[in-house]
Amino acid sequence: MISKFIKNAGWPRIIIALFLLALFVTAPFVGVNIYTSFNNTLVRFGMNGVMVLAMIPMVQAGCGLNFGLPLGIIAGLLGATLSIELNTEILARLAGLGTQYKISWLTQEFITTYREPLGFASALIIAIPIAAILGWFYGKLLNRVKGDEMMIATYVGFSSVSFMCIAWLLLPYKHPTMVWGYAGRGLRTTISVEGYWLRILNDALSLKINEHLTIPTGMLIFFAVMALIVWIFMRTKTGTAMTAVGSNPEFARASGVNVDKMRTISVVMSTILGAVGIIVYEQSFGFIQLYMGPFYMALPAVASILLGGASVNKAGILNVIVGTFLFQGILTMTPSVFNSVFQTDMSEVIRLIVSNGMILYALTRKVRA
Amino acid sequence: MIRKLFDIIANNAVPAIFILISAFAIPLSGFSASYLIQELLTRIGRNSFLILSLLIPIMAGMGLNFGMVLGAMAGQIGLLLICDWGVVGIPGMVLACLIGTPIAIVLGIFCGHVLNRAKGREMVTSYILGFFINGVYQMVVLYLMGWVIPITNPNLLLSRGYGVRNAVSLMGIRGVLDNLVPTIITGTEGANQFLNINGAKSFLLLQIPCLEGSIRLPLGTFIVIALFCGFIVWFRKTKLGQDMRAIGQSQSVSDSAGIPVNRTRIIAIVISTVLACYGQIIYLQNMGTLNTYNSHDQAGMFSIAALLIGGASVSKANIMNVFVGVILFHLMFIVAPMAGKNLIGEAQIGEYFRVFVSYGIIALALVLHAWKRNREREAARRSLRGNKGGE
Amino acid sequence: MTNNNEPLLRLDHIGKEYYGNRVLSDISFEVNSGEIIGLVGENGAGKSTLLNILFGMPVINSTGGYEGGIFIDGKSVHFTSPNQALAAGIGMVHQEFSLVPGFTATENILLNREVLNGSLMSYVFSERVSTLDREAMQRRASTAINTLGVNISPDMIVSEMPVGYKQFIEIAREIDRKNTRLLFLDEPTAVLTETEAEILLTALKKLARSGIAIVFISHRLSEIKELCNRVLVLRDGKLITDAKTEELSIRQIASLMVGRENSRKNDEEPVDTSSEEPVVTEDLNETLNLDPKANKKKKKIKPALKVEHLWVDMPGETVRDATFEVMKGEIFGIGGLAGHGKLGIPNGIMGLYPAGGKVRLFGKRLTLNRPRVALNRKMAFVSEDRRGVGLLLDEPLDWNITFTAMQTQGRFLLGIPYIFQMRNEHAMAKEAKKFIDALSIKCTSSKQKAGELSGGNQQKVCLAKAFVLQPNILLICEPTRGIDIGAKTLVLDTLKQYNKENGTTIIITSSELEELRSVCNRVAIVDEGKIAGVLPASSPAEEFGMLMMGQKHINNEEGERTA
Repeated sequence: MISKFIKNAGWPRIIIALFLLALFVTAPFVGVNIYTSFNNTLVRFGMNGVMVLAMIPMVQAGCGLNFGLPLGIIAGLLGATLSIELNTEILARLAGLGTQYKISWLTQEFITTYREPLGFASALIIAIPIAAILGWFYGKLLNRVKGDEMMIATYVGFSSVSFMCIAWLLLPYKHPTMVWGYAGRGLRTTISVEGYWLRILNDALSLKINEHLTIPTGMLIFFAVMALIVWIFMRTKTGTAMTAVGSNPEFARASGVNVDKMRTISVVMSTILGAVGIIVYEQSFGFIQLYMGPFYMALPAVASILLGGASVNKAGILNVIVGTFLFQGILTMTPSVFNSVFQTDMSEVIRLIVSNGMILYALTRKVRA
Repeated sequence: MIRKLFDIIANNAVPAIFILISAFAIPLSGFSASYLIQELLTRIGRNSFLILSLLIPIMAGMGLNFGMVLGAMAGQIGLLLICDWGVVGIPGMVLACLIGTPIAIVLGIFCGHVLNRAKGREMVTSYILGFFINGVYQMVVLYLMGWVIPITNPNLLLSRGYGVRNAVSLMGIRGVLDNLVPTIITGTEGANQFLNINGAKSFLLLQIPCLEGSIRLPLGTFIVIALFCGFIVWFRKTKLGQDMRAIGQSQSVSDSAGIPVNRTRIIAIVISTVLACYGQIIYLQNMGTLNTYNSHDQAGMFSIAALLIGGASVSKANIMNVFVGVILFHLMFIVAPMAGKNLIGEAQIGEYFRVFVSYGIIALALVLHAWKRNREREAARRSLRGNKGGE
Repeated sequence: MTNNNEPLLRLDHIGKEYYGNRVLSDISFEVNSGEIIGLVGENGAGKSTLLNILFGMPVINSTGGYEGGIFIDGKSVHFTSPNQALAAGIGMVHQEFSLVPGFTATENILLNREVLNGSLMSYVFSERVSTLDREAMQRRASTAINTLGVNISPDMIVSEMPVGYKQFIEIAREIDRKNTRLLFLDEPTAVLTETEAEILLTALKKLARSGIAIVFISHRLSEIKELCNRVLVLRDGKLITDAKTEELSIRQIASLMVGRENSRKNDEEPVDTSSEEPVVTEDLNETLNLDPKANKKKKKIKPALKVEHLWVDMPGETVRDATFEVMKGEIFGIGGLAGHGKLGIPNGIMGLYPAGGKVRLFGKRLTLNRPRVALNRKMAFVSEDRRGVGLLLDEPLDWNITFTAMQTQGRFLLGIPYIFQMRNEHAMAKEAKKFIDALSIKCTSSKQKAGELSGGNQQKVCLAKAFVLQPNILLICEPTRGIDIGAKTLVLDTLKQYNKENGTTIIITSSELEELRSVCNRVAIVDEGKIAGVLPASSPAEEFGMLMMGQKHINNEEGERTA
């Protein structure tokens, strides 16, 4: 019974889960506030959840782990920066539309009151089509290199991030809070979203339990909605076909499914979720990180879903929830507990070993018996 | 015919693009010829050995060995220890190599076993393995050194008493190999000028008539690299080399012919890791400073990019590719920031451009390789029918 | 060194069971130096098991070893790995090439047997660090190639060679082995042109004269007749005949191989072939000319499927030029030896492998290479590769059964077509349950993973998947491969019943000729990618045998001679 459980879960997962448990148990004894830790874990869970969710479509369609997540992130960054750059213009346009088409609720007052949510929505609305287009090309590329998707995804991610480094310098952004003050052009490395949509999801409907623990209800609901969308999608005709493609492409082809099309759709979905994910992340984090910021962002997401029990070709919502929680739990708990015990911060090293060890474990397992 | 043309273009696209980029960027940068040559010679000496260490796994069909960073880390541990013990000069380098070798062998064997479990996706696995071992390396260097592993030199340690500083000066061995045989290349006029300044010190002086200024040639390093090239040429001719080539083309055929496939693959990775260890030591003796937590990271990426720029592919690489690659890649590396500055007024653009090119070129090479492989598979299927059927 | 009284190789009562399934029994024969022996037998007659035993393949040991003894020069041997067999002087040329594509002929001939230069290093480390003596290698390769009497440059890269050359290189590799005294060749002429085959046969004779014994496995009986001193016929795991080649005619060999009429019925005979006549309506009988009295009548039934000059690039089962017709309501069989393309035909028609030629379905042209189109035209397919193509091993049974119908016919869905459609889990489970009961599929529930079922039950799931589609034409490949006897009968009965009840045209492709003859109305035999002939199932077995052996024209010649 126990050995079967261990076999199903795999040693690394159990070790990591026990490690996290040990951290939570030790925490009160070394003076770490358990509420604060839990609060942090919850917030980080909400921040990263959607990006981990982005792994599901590609894994299910047999495209492997999406190491190319930075591509989606770039679309998200474009959406985020454009929503700030064009904020006034967008709001003005909306007001214009309200008067032009006599939409009774779309008044100037409404727009002023909901300036921030509207800004956040505009970021998403700008980011999603960009992600769809990038994802479509990315999907076409991955269809041509079947068998090598993961390595190529990694380097597509890297090269797009470094390409965007040049673009961030050259794109004609003008907004004073975003460009370098002395040159008057070129985006800054970090851009604050304060005054636009800072913590827009975190604070919505948030529940303050005590002074250390506040539940970011809005963000969790947003994650739940995204998870639900993915869950429903995987149950549609297309989603079913996609799962079959990942499970056995030959079977799917013999059943009249267009394998390449399904794969492309999965990549587009992954990329869009990556874009949405980074915007959710930024509203909580408070800053848009440009340039080399998105560089290694795929690795934690990949490690999370694997930690949650997914394999290279099978993943579900539950894997995302469990994995993100475990992974973010370790990230928040290790610094605080280790700091108290050893007076040193080993979290970076532990993060490296845990996340990459997990990926390594998944890669070296036989895919199919 | 069209297919043939396509193949020629696909096979040489990467170096051609680079020659084009350089042709535009060199005049833009405004660097003088002697400056460029000096820089290039230095960089050839600095990087070639690292890149050469990639050749053997490619021969054995294991793709680009992203796990070479393991060897680089082993070399760095050797260097840290000799710094602590204060062993300088050539003996210091040799000692660093001696310390690094067993570590690299152990890491190489580990890496080989892991890769044998992940056949068909060696590259992505070795890449992640690099990160994983990097975590272990950081653990060792940041926490165990000065605590479990005795480090006494306060210049090496962080102020808290254990863990190694971010930047470690390697003055003790800086340039010892490069200047083992001090060599200067000058023009006719420069020669006299040079002698006047430096007196009758024992320099090897080479004269090239129409050269302005003088160029230092890291002859010692070049000799080591030449020896290494000789090793590779010899290695290809051995039975082991032949076995690796066979495995690289078909593991199943090699296996049925009685070649120990898994063992040979492990040997290939071990050789590559050990050589990468030496390569990193040579690289750092030229640089003179060790970025404890970053140096190895970049070693892998830049070496692989340079090799691919030299026209190598995931399954095929030779010594020529190494040198063409190192020249073209570093030419771009030197001129890009200046060209960027002169073109757009922003040096930063050139910096980012060269990073983009490094990654982009690896992506491109991987895509071309996978694409070609899938096309060949299709062609092989077509060929089975022979000419007997109608089409 | 050789004891003159003892044969080079002697097999003594060799037998083998796989999981209680007897595949070889009581095989005894001898091979002497310089002899050429022809080994013939249908698929599944036990040839490959015999070879596996001889070469000590791991699969034999891991399934409980074998019975009887093998003697070389009178000494008992028991190989546990192919390398031991090689060391004892037994060489083998496989049907699939075992060559390194990018290597030259020389490098391949001497693969892992390279000539090395001695050096100090090799003493210090291992032999593997010695350099290769390329000149000596080239000389040895040339010698081996010349022995075969062909003109191939030792420096030619294998991947650039025509297929025939590769075969010669394979043989040269075995010849070069100094101690090779006994050489097994598995279908060596299958990929050769006629001239190349001639050269090979001449070379083999020459080799035999030099004292090497050769066991020649081929389906081309004329070659066996021309080349071999003795011929061994295997059938159903038994050695039926061991006779001098002169004593047998090609027709006799063919009938020995396949003919069951004159052999006692085996208790384990999976399919009851005795009495049950295929279900054929009278009209169909007339059309198919199955009834000899009713010939030359006007056709009453139109062909359901008309295939003209079909070619298919299916690896290992290449179809080169197939032309045939299948009548509506007929059960049509496609037989032939493995590797000759019989599986390629249904796979090509369904669009799973690149194909060309003309296929008409009920008179209308079928677009090839598009599985979706084939499915939309109401054809259903059961693949021979159950685990690879036929099933989603990691998904539940109801997925497996209903998926194709869901995707192509929009069934088992809720919602608005083209806009938003979700799986109807309830309907899927219900449909799956229906077939689980009807075909008595043994499983815990319709939610069990397909990969957890036994072979027979997996095959039933594949059938259910096809039946759900309510096809007009059902193409089934190897319906009984790898399943136990009880399940075999059930599967075949199900097919017959389905044909009877729904009038569905069924095309069965199978390696088991007897099975086809018992179920089908007519059987086509594929030989080397072409249809060798179509015969009524009631034709004598040796007729099928002759077609399979590619002996159609020789058949005529002999007929004339005897007449």
